[in-house]
Amino acid sequence: MDFDDKPLKVLIADDTDTDRLILTSIVKKQGHEVITASDGLQAVQSFINEGPDIVLLDALMPRMDGFEAARQIKSIAGEEFVPIIFLTSLKDADSLAQCLDAGGDDFLSKPYNRIILQAKIKAFRRMRAMQQTMREQRDQIAIHNEHLITEQEVAKQVFDNVTHSGCVDAANIKHLLSPLAVFNGDVLLAAMRPSGSMLVFLGDFTGHGLPAAIGAMPLASSFYGMAQKGYSMSDILREVNQKLKTTLPVGVFCCGCMIDMNFNKQSMLVWLGGLPDCYLYRHQQRELEIITSDHLPLGVLSGQKFSDKCTSYDLQPGDRFYMWSDGIHEAQNPAGEMFGSERLEGVFRKNRNVETLFDEIGWTVNSFIGEGERDDDISVVEVKMVPPEEISEEVMAVTNSGGHGPKNWAIDFELRNETFRDYNPLPMMLNVIMEVPGLRPHSGSVYTILAELYSNALEHGVMGLDSQLKQDPSGFAEYYAKRTQLMNDLVNGKVHFHFEHIGSDDAGELLIRVEDSGKGFDYSNKIEGDHATEGYCGRGIPLIRDMCKRLDYLGAGNIVEVVYAWSHH
Amino acid sequence: MTITAKTSADGSELTINIQGRFDFSAHQDFRNAYEKCNGQPTSYLVDMNETTYLDSSALGMLLLLRDHAGGDNANIRIVNCNPDVKKILTISNFEQLFTIQ
Repeated sequence: MDFDDKPLKVLIADDTDTDRLILTSIVKKQGHEVITASDGLQAVQSFINEGPDIVLLDALMPRMDGFEAARQIKSIAGEEFVPIIFLTSLKDADSLAQCLDAGGDDFLSKPYNRIILQAKIKAFRRMRAMQQTMREQRDQIAIHNEHLITEQEVAKQVFDNVTHSGCVDAANIKHLLSPLAVFNGDVLLAAMRPSGSMLVFLGDFTGHGLPAAIGAMPLASSFYGMAQKGYSMSDILREVNQKLKTTLPVGVFCCGCMIDMNFNKQSMLVWLGGLPDCYLYRHQQRELEIITSDHLPLGVLSGQKFSDKCTSYDLQPGDRFYMWSDGIHEAQNPAGEMFGSERLEGVFRKNRNVETLFDEIGWTVNSFIGEGERDDDISVVEVKMVPPEEISEEVMAVTNSGGHGPKNWAIDFELRNETFRDYNPLPMMLNVIMEVPGLRPHSGSVYTILAELYSNALEHGVMGLDSQLKQDPSGFAEYYAKRTQLMNDLVNGKVHFHFEHIGSDDAGELLIRVEDSGKGFDYSNKIEGDHATEGYCGRGIPLIRDMCKRLDYLGAGNIVEVVYAWSHH
Repeated sequence: MTITAKTSADGSELTINIQGRFDFSAHQDFRNAYEKCNGQPTSYLVDMNETTYLDSSALGMLLLLRDHAGGDNANIRIVNCNPDVKKILTISNFEQLFTIQ
């Protein structure tokens, strides 16, 4: 080893000149550098000036004896390990013990034995090297640890800002989240939608700590961003699933439960993927309804396979919904038994006052665990159905702040020629329209209206296809075969969309006018409600009529204008 | 969009599953699903669990299926519709023609 061959600096302190000379020659022969001192005071001074690696110290010296010098040298050296070997002619056990007590690491008896001295220097060199390595590693670990904690603190602050910007502290939500690390693998999010319903999400990421928390960030920002803008629970679930699927590594995903509590309708939508059974407690009937997970966790399935199907429940004020991560079921008592769902149900059965039910769950689990180890995050959430007037303005305001979109505007968009074949304009147009927050809950209807108007303009207008063709099954097939062919040959034609929106925060009207380059049709005899719905066609326009406030044909019949009205009730 | 069809073990019921958007582009697949099935089903189940959207031409296709299955005597159940799909079926009064669950 390199280290073994490197010469050391050895301090030799002895008041006897001959002894000092003998020692010096032995040590020098070994290839080390020697510094000498003839008393304790000089030894301490040389130690300060020269910084030797090993000190050989005579016990009895004038001015300052070896014991005091050893104490001072050790104190000056501090954390650094500087071996001190006492040189002594003393033989009694007490004196030898005194050498070690004073901070000496070993002693060497006179007369000096060259071989033993060499062996001792070698041994202490090894020890010194080892101690040095350990100290360096310890310091490194300490620096890393400090770094990590600082980073985690910053991350936690960001995390808390993101996850607590909603209304998790609303009066009708009770929650218990016990973090195992700085970060909790469990995430609780709650937000009000502009329509006045409350979205609550409890998620449990696989794993704990930082990796779990990282996944929570895109989840929380999508959740809050979309809830605020009025997107439906299905839209939010789809978006969150997609985001987690694309950003998280395989094997990291999020079990979760999302509910949409509608206080106006006194109903609730539930989506449950991968979390343990949730409970719906109907307090008047004292009935416990168990809701079982019927979906895969978020971040597992790709967009097309993901199911956003929610189950709807009618509730009454005072009914409560409970969700939890598996920590509560897997909580262990000192005997290693798990808390399990039976004990959990027991808490509900024994309960006499629904107001304290939530606390009873926490108490029961905690007293069950007792001295046992907590090895998972325990999260419990209770959401209570209340009459709409009990949802405070404050809670509404927290989440409504970012909901301003354009209110009065108009936009035109025209498709021409081969664009029909290559491009589907519907998603883009829908995106623009959905900038109006109040319209977002209506995206399904608006999409249907756009899609029907567009296919009419394209098929009947630009292509001149007659829907009368769809009178029988073979005609139906022929119609779409012709459509495909015409689409490929399309070089001439245009469809012009005109959108106008006028409204306030609470209500508004969207006008859509679609004009195609076709020759139109005689609409004078197509009065309201008199649309042929005999064959396999003609259902699009009645559908739009039903959804819209009005529908009118204009010009030569190649222009259609509809008005869609929306409001928060 | 994917359409899959499955006949029950005794051949009496045909289940048609529509994944994704149910619009004009589905007409050939949808027609094949009931015209090229095994056996002679007496009842039909259209599972919309994974159907994200339905347009007016899909309404026409459902009517084609109804006529194929015996018109007024047809036994067709449409199940697992999402709210948007259900709304379109309801506006068109399709519950008078089909059993919608």
